[in-house]
Amino acid sequence: MKSDRGDIELAGVCKSFDGATYVVDGVNLRIADGAYCCFIGPSGCGKTTILRMIAGHEDPTAGEIVIGGQNVVGLAPVQRRTAMMFQSYALFPHLTVRENIAFALRVRGQSKADRLRVSDAMIEKVRLTQFADRLPAQLSGGQQQRVALARAAITEPRVLLLDEPLSALDEQLRVQMRQELRRMQQELGITFIHVTHTQLEAIALADLVVVMEQGKIKQAGAARDVYAHPHDRYVAEFMGGQNVLSGRVEKVNGASFTLAQAASDGIEVPLQARATISVGDEVDIAVRRDDVALVRPGRDLPPGCTTSLPSRVLAIEYQGYFVKVMLDTVPDDEFVAYVPEKTFFADPFTVGDVVMATWATGSALPLA
Amino acid sequence: MQPSPSPNSSPSRANLAGWLYVSPLVLVLVPFFVAPILVVLAASFFATDGFGGLTPGFTLASYIEVLHSALTLKLYLATIKFTVLTWIFTLIIGFFVAYFLVFHVRNQLLAIGLFLLCTVPFWTSNIIRMISWIPLLGKEGLINQALLAMGVIHQPLEVLLFSDLAVIIAYVHQLTIFMIVPIFNSMARIDKNLIEAAIDAGASRFDIMRLIVVPMSKSGIALGTIFVVSIVMGDFFVVKVISGGGSASVVSAFYEDVGVLQYPTAAASAVLLTLVLVAIVSLILRTVDIRQEITR
Repeated sequence: MKSDRGDIELAGVCKSFDGATYVVDGVNLRIADGAYCCFIGPSGCGKTTILRMIAGHEDPTAGEIVIGGQNVVGLAPVQRRTAMMFQSYALFPHLTVRENIAFALRVRGQSKADRLRVSDAMIEKVRLTQFADRLPAQLSGGQQQRVALARAAITEPRVLLLDEPLSALDEQLRVQMRQELRRMQQELGITFIHVTHTQLEAIALADLVVVMEQGKIKQAGAARDVYAHPHDRYVAEFMGGQNVLSGRVEKVNGASFTLAQAASDGIEVPLQARATISVGDEVDIAVRRDDVALVRPGRDLPPGCTTSLPSRVLAIEYQGYFVKVMLDTVPDDEFVAYVPEKTFFADPFTVGDVVMATWATGSALPLA
Repeated sequence: MQPSPSPNSSPSRANLAGWLYVSPLVLVLVPFFVAPILVVLAASFFATDGFGGLTPGFTLASYIEVLHSALTLKLYLATIKFTVLTWIFTLIIGFFVAYFLVFHVRNQLLAIGLFLLCTVPFWTSNIIRMISWIPLLGKEGLINQALLAMGVIHQPLEVLLFSDLAVIIAYVHQLTIFMIVPIFNSMARIDKNLIEAAIDAGASRFDIMRLIVVPMSKSGIALGTIFVVSIVMGDFFVVKVISGGGSASVVSAFYEDVGVLQYPTAAASAVLLTLVLVAIVSLILRTVDIRQEITR
């Protein structure tokens, strides 16, 4: 039975192009109907291949892809009722905006009057009415993107797949088009799957963020979950905004444990979700950059802070509403504090100053 | 895009630079193309004593003779028939060979190898290529012998060699490459994502061919058409050799004129043919904006 639902289930999906290395390696994932899902990861992590397999432009080597309760492996894109928006848009350069958008209707054999009516409504929806008779080359990047979106959405697909849709745009336009994508998704009420390598894009848009590495899913969850509660060092570093420290567990005391650190008395970390930790384990912990406070040596620590690490200021970058202070707190690893602008300039540091980096004990997060 | 002259150089200097840019082309085209054409044009208006002697002057006698001759029309019809048939066959074969090479051969090395294979006939001279048809198409040639042996025919087919059919076969054999190359070139520049986008929209193979590949290969088709049409219309050699004198073309007629020292009529015929070709080529260029397509 055909279903209008656009919920997707990937079960044990694998893909290998050469039979030896797996680009996608046993991916299991459930995406709810009408969700905005972002796949994120470095290039070559298999995110685009997953997208292309859902779209039907690539067949999985193993596993099932279920859309709306129906296994779609082996079906053509049209039968899956998916539509794809290509990375460089792949607009037909010899066709006008209207002809591009109406293309799918044309090959479905709709009458000219019908397809004009439907495509003109769609053109209006993406606010391109005055450009309807232009060729793609005569449009700006943002307008081309809207044409690509309209062309994909015209067939009323149940899933829309977007392959790095914003990467061809400049920064300002990207933020603007990001909102437009979200608006379109809510208006159409269908599942969007969006592949990107920009963390900000993913967390700004997605209901479900899927972080990938080397063909495997590292973490999948709500944007805030993935950003604020990364599973492991990879996710924490990839999503950014976290300082990752590692060390040996010195002692475990009730709901917290203490991480040995060379330069200080050790770091107290709440156990949180981590149940099994014993003395001697090598553990990574994450501390959000905006949770780190900087105090001049000898001054009192803010309330709730038990750990303070002596550090030297390596560099300072002004970022507008906050100041990025880079420190040598941990050897070999980046350690950064995002200090609110007003706090920073109340008592500004300079490069080379010695400061104490501290944070509320409860905000440290043990990683897997 | 026109290069804009830098603001501090005077217009005459910019002009000089412009002329310098085109000078190599001018140096080749003027002595080897413009001058001969002007000589032919001048000769077409000269009078002749009938024995090769030319009297400088201005007379339209040669043109009147050529245009009044019933033979001229017949020859043009024959040439146009050859041209159209050759064009159709080279276009169909050339298009599909290019299509196959671009869209079906995944391995680029293999595609280049197959592409070079298409040029193999050109490794030998035109005359050898023409003569090679005789063992195949001749009265005792391979095809006739095979058909006789199979009992399909009882008399060898005369129509295979020294006929219009043979002329068309020879032309197609010789000129298909002129279709393949430009069409291959414009097809190779079609972004493969476009094909995928079309499949995504639900287009069938035929839809993709009709709505994407053919329109986007237009400039290649137009270029190939110009090559084929101008070569066939300007040819007398293939017609002469392969038809065994049985067929004639416009050029073979004025080749005969030259042979009997009728230079002004030959020149007038040549000028007429040039005008016809210019008209055809400009018609093609009007339908397909090759410059715009190439810079796309």
